[in-house]
Amino acid sequence: MKTISALLDSDWRDRYRRIASLNIRSSIYDLTNRCNLRCKGCFFFSSGEHHVTEEMDIKKWEGFIDREKARGVNLAILIGGEPTLCMDRLEAFYQRLPTYCATNGLIKVPRDKFPDMMVGISLWGGGEDEKVLRGKDTFAVSSKNYEGDPYTYYLYTVTPKQVGKIEPVIKRIVDVGLKVHLQLLSNDESVDGFSWRQGELADLRAEMDEMLDHYPQTIISSKYYHEVITTGMMLGRRFGWRECPSVTESLDNRQPPVRRLIHFYRWAADLQTVHRCCTSATRDCATCKDGAAHMSWVMVNKREHMNTTRDMQNWIEVYEMFAKLYRLIPW
Amino acid sequence: MPESKDKMGIVRHVAEIIIDELKLEDITPDTFNPEMDLVDELGIDSMDLATIALVLQDEYKIVIDEDDYPKLKTVRLICEYIEEKLAAKH
Ligand code: SF4
Ligand code: SF4
Repeated sequence: MKTISALLDSDWRDRYRRIASLNIRSSIYDLTNRCNLRCKGCFFFSSGEHHVTEEMDIKKWEGFIDREKARGVNLAILIGGEPTLCMDRLEAFYQRLPTYCATNGLIKVPRDKFPDMMVGISLWGGGEDEKVLRGKDTFAVSSKNYEGDPYTYYLYTVTPKQVGKIEPVIKRIVDVGLKVHLQLLSNDESVDGFSWRQGELADLRAEMDEMLDHYPQTIISSKYYHEVITTGMMLGRRFGWRECPSVTESLDNRQPPVRRLIHFYRWAADLQTVHRCCTSATRDCATCKDGAAHMSWVMVNKREHMNTTRDMQNWIEVYEMFAKLYRLIPW
Repeated sequence: MPESKDKMGIVRHVAEIIIDELKLEDITPDTFNPEMDLVDELGIDSMDLATIALVLQDEYKIVIDEDDYPKLKTVRLICEYIEEKLAAKH
């Protein structure tokens, strides 16, 4: 039997203990069905997940959040649509729970009301790709709104067209004093030229590793995460429905049970409907590239990483990356 | 209900359950150190704990509140927790 002290020296043991004591119970909430953009490939609109009646009564939202808190949720991840279109709902969450807001950054979250709320700004590459996929170069606006903000980072969705070109995007982010986390496009609407081809992911992995070496203060990531997300493999196992940890608990009928995020739900904006998982219900799990699901996949398989020192260190680095993304540990 | 409800019996049985449920190798109930920190040393997580708690609830006919999981850090502490729950039933 391998133990932590047999695998790790005292520095790594301290790092392990710092994260092992975090007991995160996250869930995801669609704050609204509306958005001020309509990106090609957006999983939310492409899967029709916005076809529910949005709850408009703020009192109902407040009661719902209180029930979620009583259910044990201690990290609310707000998506949409665009959450900043509903500041009252954002505030209702923020006043009750540690809250993370995933936004396109076009509207600034007022920091007098939300001083330390974590904000993740979506970014789909350099200016040209953004214009093709999102209709505008959102960075030009979002970087002005959030320049130097200590509780904000970019969530950079790398597309196949970005391979070999991510450094200029990272440099733009360095220049505005923000941090960045990398994930991959799943191309839910099969936009021409934006599907991954043989070999591209291996090249991208090498590029992501290189960027992490060059910009360790800016990029919140880990090489093991790069490996897992680009290969879809972890410890010889392939990612997919049988392995995915980010499935809404009440819809999870997989047998035998799968290692998963405890009590995880993703709620629609009617506060009654639940979605299958953290991303589109119409997405094919076999080709899903969802970054959060891959990260959680590693995290829920801790003891499986206790075979070698390197595996355990990899696990710690992925967990630290997650904890940094929500500032549960310092950057 | 397990045969032995005395302290040593419970310690041994809890160790057996952990070894079984987590499929631990190279360790027996006799060599399991009841003071070993299950999270910091054995690397168990809340899903493991939930699995173990389910079996313990069944075996000892007690209810283990999820909020109590952080208290269940060692086999000895689990054993004391079970004893308290059993005493409260009588
Ligand atoms: S900004 Fe986000 S929610 Fe809005 S359309 Fe784009 S991807 Fe979808
Ligand atoms: S689409 Fe991705 S995140 Fe959703 S259940 Fe499938 S594998 Fe998991």
